[in-house]
Amino acid sequence: MTKLIGSTAVELSKLLRARDVSAREVLAAHLERIDEVDGRVNAFLRLTPELAAAQADAADRALKAGDAGPLTGIPVAVKDVLCVRGVETTAGSQILRGFKPPYTATAVARLFEAGVVMVGVTNCDEFAMGSSTENSGYFPTHNPWDLDRVPGGSSGGSAAAVAAGAAVIALGTDTGGSIRQPAALCGVAGMKPTYGRVSRYGLIAFASSLDQIGPFARCVDDAAMTLSLMAGYDPLDATSSERPRQDVLNNYGGDIKGMRLGLPREYYDVEGIEPGVKSAVDRALQLLRDSGAEIVDVTLPHTDYGLAAYYIIAPAECSSNLARFDGVRFGMSDQDAPNIIEAYSRTRRQGFGSEVRRRIMLGTYALSSGYYDAYYLKAQKVRTLIKADFDQAFTKCDAIVSPTSPTVAFPIGSRTQDPLSMYLCDVFTLGGNLAGLPGISVPCGMSDGLPVGLQVLAPQWGENLALRVARAYETAGGGMAAMPSLLRGEG
Amino acid sequence: MPLSKDEVRHVAMLARLGLEPGDEEFYAEQLSGILEHIERLQQLDTGAIPPTAQVVEVANRLREDTPRPCLDQADALANAAAAVDGFFRVPSIQEEA
Repeated sequence: MTKLIGSTAVELSKLLRARDVSAREVLAAHLERIDEVDGRVNAFLRLTPELAAAQADAADRALKAGDAGPLTGIPVAVKDVLCVRGVETTAGSQILRGFKPPYTATAVARLFEAGVVMVGVTNCDEFAMGSSTENSGYFPTHNPWDLDRVPGGSSGGSAAAVAAGAAVIALGTDTGGSIRQPAALCGVAGMKPTYGRVSRYGLIAFASSLDQIGPFARCVDDAAMTLSLMAGYDPLDATSSERPRQDVLNNYGGDIKGMRLGLPREYYDVEGIEPGVKSAVDRALQLLRDSGAEIVDVTLPHTDYGLAAYYIIAPAECSSNLARFDGVRFGMSDQDAPNIIEAYSRTRRQGFGSEVRRRIMLGTYALSSGYYDAYYLKAQKVRTLIKADFDQAFTKCDAIVSPTSPTVAFPIGSRTQDPLSMYLCDVFTLGGNLAGLPGISVPCGMSDGLPVGLQVLAPQWGENLALRVARAYETAGGGMAAMPSLLRGEG
Repeated sequence: MPLSKDEVRHVAMLARLGLEPGDEEFYAEQLSGILEHIERLQQLDTGAIPPTAQVVEVANRLREDTPRPCLDQADALANAAAAVDGFFRVPSIQEEA
């Protein structure tokens, strides 16, 4: 039997097109894998075997007819914030338990049209708020590399599913690092596109000026292909860009000879970065130099203010977006309340978890009368400064490289009592969201048996540049996802 | 600048979040800690800096105002906790006189 688990989409697609294996067989192998490992990893909230079977049959018909695309028949997992018509979608929250969307998110619909096979819905921090998946309203997900540790978050289930070989591709969302950080902690590739590259229609909104949908994959080619199939203008999202989706792939396979890669000292020479992370990144930088790139020092002087600005803007937008969860049109509902205000208040107190309530409170406070100028307006001005930092840095370099996260995966429960320590997980990633930049995290070796991620950030609409650096690194010997030893030899 | 319990109650009311025993203390403590970190923004002189609400080039978009298919009533009501005669049902909004 050909090895199907742990293969990339590129590899599987070759087997599928050669008719060496059917989409049904690929699906069966992955469902078996999920059965074997997910009792320990808990990457999935729900499986969708009936939908998967129908999609695999359709993929096999397309393959037989010679009408297959690069992702036809490839098993994909979808984060629980992306609506799929008729499939329970809850944003990791009890308040949406039982919600079956009447429509499908554009990003997902485009992959369905491309012939993917959806195996299930992945766990995440409630409403994508968190960096460890411990804020899920259902259960925590475990890191496949060490089951006592977190997978990162908020898209921890998607990252863990790909790392464990339970899905070939997974979709996540990134508002402050929620794709790149879990990709780093689970040892897979994860990409956040430029703001506006992928339609947000059907994404359950957290912070609308920051949210983007992106892929997790075992190699850069798979991430690039998935992104290019999801990208492009959608009349249902007025912020989606009309730039051609093929731009994402423009010469992304080229070499990096003569490219200038900026290393921001604020993302490297800082307290709190683990020595093992730093030495893994140092080895990666050497490999990039050996491939012909020049590493140059750059500075992002307002980095120390990024977290503060982010924790005004994101909660402010969330407090507005989450106002819709009132128990009237969908989700949990307190039907015994004496009046409607009481019904809203009880439903929301009961349905939202503590981190979501904390952020709604923070955002409501920052937007409330008398505080708007001091908090929200101030944070938006600081956002201008942070964006200008990147604009300035990109005059000196073609792309920015850094660690994705200052630490490797941390033990479950170790940061839940102190929200600020959890928020600090995102210090190297959230600047990319505030400035709307594309960024990718690729595996760059291990520290004490746990994966480290290398982040590549590019100027807006420069996905192809970020992908080119990541792919050159992968080609030079880094970057590819490995199979966690805990789960090896199974499936 | 620690948040008072009065402020917590006011913000919870604005956010339509019910308060249970212990919540006031919890929010007051947690939010004060986060706000303490956020205070650093005041160190920056932003008098001449314009605010950024969104970061990419897309401007307001208009479309033709033409009828097109939308959710039908059954789909729209399918996830409601209570519906009556094609409407969402909610508790009374006005007190009876």
